[in-house]
Amino acid sequence: MKKFKVLGGGCRNCEVTANAITQAAREAGVEIELVKVTDMAEILGFGVMSTPGVVLDGKVVHAGSIPGPDQIRAWVRE
Amino acid sequence: MFDAFARLVAFQVLRLSPESHLGAAIHFFVMDVVKIFVLLVLVIYVMGLLRAMLSPERVRAFVRDRPDWQARGMAVTLGAVTPFCSCSSVPLFIGFVEAGIPLGVTFSFLIASPMINEVAAVILVGVLGWKLAALYVAAGLLVAWFGGIAMQAFRPERWVEDYVWKIHMGEAAMIEPDKSLMGRHRYAVGEVREIVGRIWLWVLIGVGVGALFHGFVPAGWVTAHLGGDDWYTVPAAVLLGIPLYSNATGIIPVAEAMLGKGVAVGTTLALMMSVAALSLPEMLILRKVIRWQALALFAGVLAVAFTLVGWGFNLIT
Repeated sequence: MKKFKVLGGGCRNCEVTANAITQAAREAGVEIELVKVTDMAEILGFGVMSTPGVVLDGKVVHAGSIPGPDQIRAWVRE
Repeated sequence: MFDAFARLVAFQVLRLSPESHLGAAIHFFVMDVVKIFVLLVLVIYVMGLLRAMLSPERVRAFVRDRPDWQARGMAVTLGAVTPFCSCSSVPLFIGFVEAGIPLGVTFSFLIASPMINEVAAVILVGVLGWKLAALYVAAGLLVAWFGGIAMQAFRPERWVEDYVWKIHMGEAAMIEPDKSLMGRHRYAVGEVREIVGRIWLWVLIGVGVGALFHGFVPAGWVTAHLGGDDWYTVPAAVLLGIPLYSNATGIIPVAEAMLGKGVAVGTTLALMMSVAALSLPEMLILRKVIRWQALALFAGVLAVAFTLVGWGFNLIT
């Protein structure tokens, strides 16, 4: 199962990102685990300063904006 | 072109008289909405294609381990081309502190970033012309430079929350961008969507306020009271701007209407900077990393700097 983490201090863009990933997974029929990380120490621990960031299976794959729909679909499926 | 279209809508389709208040306001509104949105989409798309926007992670890598003046110069200029969501200001602040970047330099960056950006600069040129755009950018750089130095003088380190010093940042995530033409195009379209989606409401409100000012405020009253002869108009403009917040692009049409009616240049610049850079909600976000003494100092330093810049420009223009 793919493990997603959405990094961000709880702003609107982070919510939008988390929801988009959940929805893309549901549409693709893929089961995922998604955790929202709001703890600053952990966010910076990933080397991310610009939120929202996305971590997939322990690796940072995106930072600084809401990821595009194509990108999210690719993460969920690959 | 934009003017012709706005005339068509206001005076032909809606049959308003160009001399009426409403006619003037509607003409202004239509012209600015169309012009600013066309420019916005164009500029953001081109910047996106060139991948001209920097990530804060990259700025941090550039600025760290440099002598103070160099670090500050870079922070100020890079701040102008680094857009970031205000919700990022906390991790950004911590990341800079962790890299050993002096707080004064970090503040310079935090001042420059919301106030100046390449998108607003191009729209300023399109709406207000080269001269004012250059003035605004120069004023913004000055304030960011000296504002950071002033903050440093108060030794703001003592007001940083303790946990900030303990955070250790991981290897900075540098995501390799897709450099193919298609990848650039996709990125550019994404940027247009993201940025326009974030600021369209500010722009509409700004144009609305500008249109009302343009249509309904009599020029005679403006020249008499806001022409720049009274010293207190500049601090008043700064105070007015503190509770008001708009994106740097959204305030441009307001400035256009004010200048058109004869408000002094310095007074207008002071209001623009105060509205764009001094915002209470954004300051409160920073409360997570610095204590309120530092926040009050930050607001105070900015207010004084905007006032000085406003007076300065009123004197020389």
